[in-house]
Amino acid sequence: MKVAVVGVGQTPFSRNCGVSIRELCFEAFKDALEDLNLTPKEIEASIICSAPEYDRQRSPAGLIAEYLGLNPQPTFLAESICSSSSTGVKIAYSFIKSGLHDTVAVIGFQKMSEISSAEVQERMGRGADIQWESPFGTMMPAGYAMCARAHMQKYGTTEEQLAKVKVKSGKYSLLNPKAMYRRAVTLEECLKARVIASPLKMFDCCANADGASCIILASEEKAKKITDTPVWVEGIGAACDTQSTTGRTNLTGLNCAIEAGKQAYQMAHTMPKDVDVAEVHDCFTIAEIMAYENLGFCKPGEGGKLIEESQTYIGGKIPVNIDGGLLSKGHPIGATGGSQIRTIVLQLQEKAGKTQVSGAEVGLVHNIGGVGLYGNVTILRR
Amino acid sequence: MTSLSFEKFGKIAYISETKVADFVKHLEQGKIMTTRCRRCGQIYFPPRTDCPRDLSTDMKWEELSGRCKLLTYTTAHFAPTGFQDDLPYILALAHCEEGVKAYARLNKDINENEIQIGMNLRLTPLRLPNGRITYEFKKA
Repeated sequence: MKVAVVGVGQTPFSRNCGVSIRELCFEAFKDALEDLNLTPKEIEASIICSAPEYDRQRSPAGLIAEYLGLNPQPTFLAESICSSSSTGVKIAYSFIKSGLHDTVAVIGFQKMSEISSAEVQERMGRGADIQWESPFGTMMPAGYAMCARAHMQKYGTTEEQLAKVKVKSGKYSLLNPKAMYRRAVTLEECLKARVIASPLKMFDCCANADGASCIILASEEKAKKITDTPVWVEGIGAACDTQSTTGRTNLTGLNCAIEAGKQAYQMAHTMPKDVDVAEVHDCFTIAEIMAYENLGFCKPGEGGKLIEESQTYIGGKIPVNIDGGLLSKGHPIGATGGSQIRTIVLQLQEKAGKTQVSGAEVGLVHNIGGVGLYGNVTILRR
Repeated sequence: MTSLSFEKFGKIAYISETKVADFVKHLEQGKIMTTRCRRCGQIYFPPRTDCPRDLSTDMKWEELSGRCKLLTYTTAHFAPTGFQDDLPYILALAHCEEGVKAYARLNKDINENEIQIGMNLRLTPLRLPNGRITYEFKKA
């Protein structure tokens, strides 16, 4: 029995969205149900995905389920920081595959403006190992900056190559009405921007955002009744690496992504060369370059060259993040994985408009939580 | 290894209780100590009282020489709450001769332009204001 994504939805991603978390989720949920032969009552379970340190509401799953009309069906919260909604999709897949439920909604959200900037700043310090690394004043950009520095040293990757990832992101952001930053940026602007954590500068980093996403999954039999364009979940991989930097054995790639990719390719009987379009977790420009390598789109160390040669643009060897990626869309933590899956599903349904990769059959989503802490790779096929 | 206060560790300590709180006492005596599993011989840094390889809690303290080589680094220009006054500062990861890795800041006297990956460093205790203590990398 196969499992399908039958519906995808997303709010625009923005700063200070001005609505409550339940309203954000409703908007994504409604968007996902549009054109489906499915009512909320037929959804047998919901999985709400959020990084709860940004929520004022304690245990938001119950509140969201109520607002979406999903009582009395079971609900709960899934969390793996920035990859929470990929984790939610994996759980939904297991529910359906096991026969426990036929239709499951995965709703990811984050309203990062729910708490003050000072509170955000305080939480940033606690994303690392709080006993041994946070006391030195570390935070997310520093973690990826250390990967960038090591990558540059080992492979000769340049700051220009990092910047070129953002130039691509800016170009495609203009075609994504739901992106927070819809603006093309030049290589010069990227290189001249203020330093956040060397060698990463402002345009090498994604920004916090408010937003929600919704992915509806169903069993094969049910999927065919709900939609004419089901997209099949062919491979799901997940892994985790050490939380501590000192525990890492790989400083120029993410072991959790390599492992999750291996699992997903094997399960889907697919090779990197078979992937027609991909969404990767570009929370920082270096993260996209490492993703190219970790997913096998190029050899280790050749990620810089791949973007340099524009091979990840539409028309290149493997189009990547052609919705603008996290770098332009913004990164509402719990919603991001669902947004990535939505982009790929629309591609495989031939509904991607101006960014449509013609004839795309196989798509891949790479969604990472923390600095290479939680790795999730999902392979979808039309 | 008793549960003592760990709250003096670092510029900001986010936890106060741990079975390896003696680490701070050793640090105050000028030593960077860590733990090794008596059963399987695995050395850990930072120290821990539980070995996940064989589920043993039979660990012994051992001093690190402090000799290490720089693996990677970054100069932070933004900081979490409580660390802004220190900016900019250099966070680094180094490989210690005992085979473990250490994460700390580079000493303020090291300029970014003299940093080279692979350079020799020495992991050293560092006293902070208000009776706090940590460790940092100094030029070897």
